Amino acid sequence: MERREFVNLLGKAWVAGMLPLGQSMAMAAGKLQPPMYGNTRILHFTDCHAQLLPIHFREPNVNIGVGAANGRLPHLVGRNLLKKLPQISSLQDIHAYTYLDFTAAAEKFGKVGGFAHLKTLIDQCRAEAGDGRSILLDGGDTWQGSGTALWTRGKDMVEACNMLGVDVMTGHWEFTYQDSEILENARLFKGDFVAQNIKATEDALFEGIEVHDEDSGHVFKPYVIKEMQGKRVAVIGQAFPYTPVANPRRFIPDWTFGIQEEDLQELVTTIRANEKPDAVLLLSHNGMDVDLKLASRVSGIDAILGGHTHDGVPVPVVVENPGGKTLVTNAGSNGKYLAVLDLKLVNGKVDGFNYTLIPVFSKLIPADAEMAAYISKVRQPYLGKLNEELATAESLMYRRGNFNGTFDQVITDSLTTVLDAQFAFSPGFRWGTSVLPGETITMDRVLDQTCMTYPETYVREMSGEQIKLILEDVCDNLFNPDPYRQQGGDMVRVGGMTYAVEPNGESQNRISEIRDLQGQLIDANKDYKVAGWATVGSKSPGAPVWDVVASYLRDRKTIKIDKLIEPKLKGVAGNLGIADYMGEVT
Amino acid sequence: MEILPARRGFLKNLMAVGAMLVLPASLLAALVRPQAAFKADSATGSVQSLFGQDAVEAADKIRLKVPDIAENGAVVPVTVGTDLEGVESITIIIDNNPTPLSANFNLTDAVSAEVSTRVKMGKSSPVRAVVKAQGKVYYTTKEVKVTIGGCGG
Repeated sequence: MERREFVNLLGKAWVAGMLPLGQSMAMAAGKLQPPMYGNTRILHFTDCHAQLLPIHFREPNVNIGVGAANGRLPHLVGRNLLKKLPQISSLQDIHAYTYLDFTAAAEKFGKVGGFAHLKTLIDQCRAEAGDGRSILLDGGDTWQGSGTALWTRGKDMVEACNMLGVDVMTGHWEFTYQDSEILENARLFKGDFVAQNIKATEDALFEGIEVHDEDSGHVFKPYVIKEMQGKRVAVIGQAFPYTPVANPRRFIPDWTFGIQEEDLQELVTTIRANEKPDAVLLLSHNGMDVDLKLASRVSGIDAILGGHTHDGVPVPVVVENPGGKTLVTNAGSNGKYLAVLDLKLVNGKVDGFNYTLIPVFSKLIPADAEMAAYISKVRQPYLGKLNEELATAESLMYRRGNFNGTFDQVITDSLTTVLDAQFAFSPGFRWGTSVLPGETITMDRVLDQTCMTYPETYVREMSGEQIKLILEDVCDNLFNPDPYRQQGGDMVRVGGMTYAVEPNGESQNRISEIRDLQGQLIDANKDYKVAGWATVGSKSPGAPVWDVVASYLRDRKTIKIDKLIEPKLKGVAGNLGIADYMGEVT
Repeated sequence: MEILPARRGFLKNLMAVGAMLVLPASLLAALVRPQAAFKADSATGSVQSLFGQDAVEAADKIRLKVPDIAENGAVVPVTVGTDLEGVESITIIIDNNPTPLSANFNLTDAVSAEVSTRVKMGKSSPVRAVVKAQGKVYYTTKEVKVTIGGCGG
């Protein structure tokens, strides 16, 4: 069915003359980058999750917006997005920004991203801008997401980013290494690691831990001024505000985060007064909904270059605030896109801009030889482990989406089967690449889904009441109507059970009808055997989750998800963030 | 005198405590620990017990700084400040705690009216900052979310 739909789309595009011939010709000539506009070029990628090689990444068919976010970017999926942004018209772009006909389109257009291809594209963009007129920003989630990143403690990515020429970065999963390792990596990084919202705790300051500024308590530089042919651009760092909540605090016990909106406003005002910049940018790992709210409340920022929520949004959203207007962007994930923000800076002001999000189709961009050689060298010692063929996928495997993904269902099936549990929990991370039907699931691909510094599994007794509490709590982190009270992950994946969820419901009262797969309601007072992984409190005792999944796959040789088990959605019929949903929607 | 900014908040609190210590011992016992107010099991009960009147909402008069989501429910940082004249006390109340009254600072004009402390929160709750100034009682409130965490992407 997917294939038929794809061919159908192709036919329509042809008839309507929508195939952008000019763009295709430019691509064939190896020039993907937009012509330079203005005098200063800001390049931005984010959330690459250590994907050094090209991969597939399916965009979600469920990304529900609640409250003010209902029906607006980035909460539009599939055709709803195409309706909103008719400029996404070429089949290639449709594939880049939506899940539509994913398998057929992925087979046609090939993989996306990869640092060797990214390097070539970035070099082209910088050459087009002219000497000294561009900078490259990395929004973070760079040092985590692959086996080699974990085994080198993020150092393979630090070096890859140095070779790529990253000038400024901020972080989130970077902070899941031990604090001393993070500081060491930040020193090895040749650009500036910036974060205005990470400070040492008062106790730690008293103890005299290593910080950037003892007076302010900033652990990293809060901002940096980049000068480009006389134009001064301030880049402020905004790390993921809820790292100690969403990830283990034990790795970074002396640091405190938060959005720190008042500090940010004060910083922007001070920079404007003292540094006389031509533009002020926020390199943000807040997530798009948080950035949109922040942009409406903080004045003096020209653009927020955002990440975290992995939203590939091809246009900037213009937000009005008491001081003027701020552009808010989000540049997707996994090396799939490169954002180009061209600015016309005149007399200390942004006089015009042009924003392009370039999908990085690896087939169209020759690999940079030096970067390709580096990637081979990094992977070489681990190839035996990475290339182990565990099973063949007989259906599309993916994660991204508010609720379940097919690869997640394989993980929860692995947990319940291998660890002999009735139910399983698996985190709703937004990283994790996709595997096409017929492709081999190697250890490399399993690590894409699971690789992190706290992978240990557990099996424990939980009461029905505790199970509901966990579901409610994670659900509120996703659907709290106030973005400042969201954490930007998706809903926890469940195995062995189904439930109903009302995204617009009251906090702690969105989940109902929790049943086992036989349809029996779970009992609040009864204990159940539950398996899971990625505990943020203390370290769990079990084997790393990738070993559990690998052993499940090895036993099966082929793997197919016939029916994706999705929760029943209540009160969101007609929401533009839902399409082709497998479960019931009312 | 030059004071390192990092130590400034600490000194300020120290001065607030110092101000209390010069009071007569008999008064001090009642002021430092208003027993009935600490035993009250509701926010309005605490306010009534402390002040004998209800507080008036005045978000524009009181600066309340709390995190939107607590990093650790056991130690949630709270800072309350005000530019009101004649501040007599600053009180912090956590509506959903079993004993909502968490802290009560009695101040004089000799100190700047800003206090910072850390409070324990069992679950998500409005955090209420109450300021008594020139005999009138004002409050503002902000919601702090306490979550079990994890599963963020």
